[in-house]
Amino acid sequence: MGRYVLRRLLQLIPVFIGTTFLIYWLVWSLPGDPFSGKCGDRPCPDSYVAAMVEKFNFDDPLVVQYGKYMLNVLQGNFGETFRGLDVGELIGEAYPNTIRLALVALAIEAVIGLAAGVLTGLRGRGFLDNLVLVSTLFLISLPVFVTGFVLQITLGFELKWIKTTVSASPAPWEHLIVPGFVLGSLSMAYVTRLTRTSIAENKRADYVRTATAKGLRQRRVVGVHLLRNSAIPVVTFLGTDLGALMGGAIVTEGIFDIKGIGSLVYDGILGKEGVTVTGVVTLLVMVYLLSNLLVDLLYAVLDPRIRYD
Amino acid sequence: MTDPSTASAVTTAPEEFVTAAEHAEVKGNKPRSLASDAWHDLRRRPLFLVSAALILLVLLMSFWPSLFTSVDPNYAELSKSREGPSGAAWFGYDNQGYDLFSRTIYGSRASIIVGVAATLLTVLIGSTFGLLAGYYGGWLDGLMSRIADVFFGLPFVLGAIVILSSFRSSGDTSPTQIILLVVLSISILSWPVCMRIMRSAAIAAKQQDYVKAARALGASTSRIILRHMLPNAVAPVLVYATIALGAFIGAEATLSFLGIGLRAPVVSWGVMISDSRDVIRVAPHSLLFPAAFLTATVLAFVMLGDAVREALDPKAR
Amino acid sequence: MTTTQSEVDFEGTAPVPGAPLLEVDNLFVEFRTRDGVAKVLNGVSYRVEPGETLAVLGESGSGKSVTAQTVMGILDMPPGVITGGEIRFHGENLLKASPKRRREVRGSGIAMIFQDALSALNPVFTVGFQIEEQLRLRKGMSRRDARKRAVELLEQVKIPNAKGRVRQYPHEFSGGMRQRAMIAMSLALDPEMLIADEPTTALDVTVQAQIMDLLKDIQVERNMGLILITHDLGVVAEVADRIAVMYAGRIVEQSHARDLYRKPGHPYTQGLLDSLPRLDLKGTELTTIKGLPPSLLNIPKGCPFNPRCPRVQDICKTEVPPQHRLAPGRLSACHFAEELISGD
Repeated sequence: MGRYVLRRLLQLIPVFIGTTFLIYWLVWSLPGDPFSGKCGDRPCPDSYVAAMVEKFNFDDPLVVQYGKYMLNVLQGNFGETFRGLDVGELIGEAYPNTIRLALVALAIEAVIGLAAGVLTGLRGRGFLDNLVLVSTLFLISLPVFVTGFVLQITLGFELKWIKTTVSASPAPWEHLIVPGFVLGSLSMAYVTRLTRTSIAENKRADYVRTATAKGLRQRRVVGVHLLRNSAIPVVTFLGTDLGALMGGAIVTEGIFDIKGIGSLVYDGILGKEGVTVTGVVTLLVMVYLLSNLLVDLLYAVLDPRIRYD
Repeated sequence: MTDPSTASAVTTAPEEFVTAAEHAEVKGNKPRSLASDAWHDLRRRPLFLVSAALILLVLLMSFWPSLFTSVDPNYAELSKSREGPSGAAWFGYDNQGYDLFSRTIYGSRASIIVGVAATLLTVLIGSTFGLLAGYYGGWLDGLMSRIADVFFGLPFVLGAIVILSSFRSSGDTSPTQIILLVVLSISILSWPVCMRIMRSAAIAAKQQDYVKAARALGASTSRIILRHMLPNAVAPVLVYATIALGAFIGAEATLSFLGIGLRAPVVSWGVMISDSRDVIRVAPHSLLFPAAFLTATVLAFVMLGDAVREALDPKAR
Repeated sequence: MTTTQSEVDFEGTAPVPGAPLLEVDNLFVEFRTRDGVAKVLNGVSYRVEPGETLAVLGESGSGKSVTAQTVMGILDMPPGVITGGEIRFHGENLLKASPKRRREVRGSGIAMIFQDALSALNPVFTVGFQIEEQLRLRKGMSRRDARKRAVELLEQVKIPNAKGRVRQYPHEFSGGMRQRAMIAMSLALDPEMLIADEPTTALDVTVQAQIMDLLKDIQVERNMGLILITHDLGVVAEVADRIAVMYAGRIVEQSHARDLYRKPGHPYTQGLLDSLPRLDLKGTELTTIKGLPPSLLNIPKGCPFNPRCPRVQDICKTEVPPQHRLAPGRLSACHFAEELISGD
């Protein structure tokens, strides 16, 4: 197991370097002049250019620039925006909001998705099953921003049940419920379908029959023996999804005006703040890759049949 | 596994240039019967019929919008701004006074073009890489899989934002160029999924006895890939492509909504939704109609993919 | 969750003193599927006493496993429907008992082991956990006591290094060891009756014999009733006291093991015996029963075996043969049963 973790970590390194380099290249090198449009609409002041050239080593070849930048990032130094704000601090302020939002989304999709999936998986064909199938199809097809707007208009503006925007930072948990639902709605549909298929496949398994033959209560047969096996693919999905939710929070954060990573990067793009964009995206890629690794390890814990050598 | 041509309801002879020995092998695997079985099965599924009808309608709209409306989608009457639905304008008018019904009809074209083009490109890149990686294996497979991991590591919306904003700041862009850029960035971020599907299908095919036999008999690389691996992979890729087509139409709308995808003068559902953003409270119909068309179209493709998957899955029958 | 047999009383079904351990009485089961109604059991009756081994023989689809599953109450319903009959455990009709009572009987009254131990054991829990689970939940044992007892049980079924083995997962066991672990699990609640559904079919021949010996030893030691379900006449020869032969959801012959081998009372049993390779008849050709077992959706009129029977007469095609009592404890459902055992 230890060797497996090590090997996976080593495999992660080239992917991490590749992805972050790709971003670095896109943000800094593609327009040719790294300062074109990086300081808003006016050309960058000479002092800034000089400082930045110094700071980001723009006189060096791209690879060296990138290397020096990554060394700084790994030490926690994300650099400064052209207004002189520390990007690390900006991220530090925004990050908790996104993590909260993603956790709320994850909790909602796990609870509702699992419940709906288990219920329909156990019941089999029928009205409830069809209802859930149709609604998951619908959720899969509904773009996130449409869900967001519709809920914002109906629950917020019309019914006044929720606050239409969550501008406070750190965002209070209860204000994040509806945004979390919006963010997690697509994955909720996937979790439901995954659970349903998994339960339906496993409920006729021999070991379920054995558990019943042992005289265990129905609740324990389903809740322990059946669920433990059916949960393996679902938990795997949920694990990978945490990273994806954070990366995909831009739209939701935009609609509900949540001061998170997504709005930070979006503002960074609109305001042409290359430093912010590179920093945030690098961080998100790191989270994404690490959560994927974590899922692999989780898999090993959940399914003893997996061998790692 | 299946014959692609039958699945798309066009008939060609799949075994035209096959040697006698291979011919027998292929027959043994019955590529045809599963496909025609699946087709037979599909035609009786309500899910398939509904989604196919919807898709046909949307395609008709995008090819001949004038069949549905005679109003110019780019003719604005500011005096009618934000007017609700009426007999004259079924869907009402938007903030600028554009006729929403006409724009919704005309908007299907850009959405469909982006969806279809992005799907084709994604499948093309993904399949090529996947087939090569699966066929050759070894270091080439390792390298390609790592490259795929690099692109897979980029969250979709984030990656698309970075790509689109970087390329667009490099100069003025015409509408065609923007469409091209959107298609490119969707495909660049999506091909790894398709590659993985293709790769595992190719590896599975490689281990089949009839493919081993064909190799032992000295069949050329291209023959093995085209005759044996490709048909094997068509079913899963077909299902993926159908669902992806729907997802890409949604992705176009998301990007346009964020202000980095298509934009005026191009009319697309995403652009319309983006335009409605600031007037949602006073004119919700300007969001509702394009959003409904968008959702219905995506839904149709996802349902079609589902139906095809179930029809092609021998276990489900 | 501990109970003794006597403290519960349900809907007029209570254990009757002096009643047989297990009695299956005229059991009817159907599978209602989209393709039609399959009559899987058509009046199955047998009984088992403590310390007795009943072997239930039959081809796949004859209903031998369905009978066992109905006894255990683990039949998939739907599609299964019990349309008639009784299952009496100590005289108490289990089919009328409350779900709670049925659950109490499972494991502690009647336990069951299955053909494929790999799929019958839960892959994600250790063998120890799966044995201890019953001890903790049903007998209220502490974790530590349950662990101790689990090790003892594994030692009883002769698993070497039981202390280390309790921590392992089913996939880490070999096929024979897995079936032993399964047996240990079934013994955890000291059942009075054990149903073994093809316990050796998935195993190598040498291991088969070891498992059969183990089962026999345990049965004698604990004076348990044992139902051994199998399609292999060779397996039952040494172990069974009595044999019930099933065909198309009916018991076609029931007899003491020795009598059945010496003189089969049904052409189907005869056919099964003739298809066995025998050392004393070396050189003669093996015969097989012609044709296939009938579809349960469409059982032939009259005697269900008539299309394959070498001695078929007109009456066989029209009338279902009743059970002929040939001797005490010996029944045959053949119109010509008497002729069969008296003739040569």
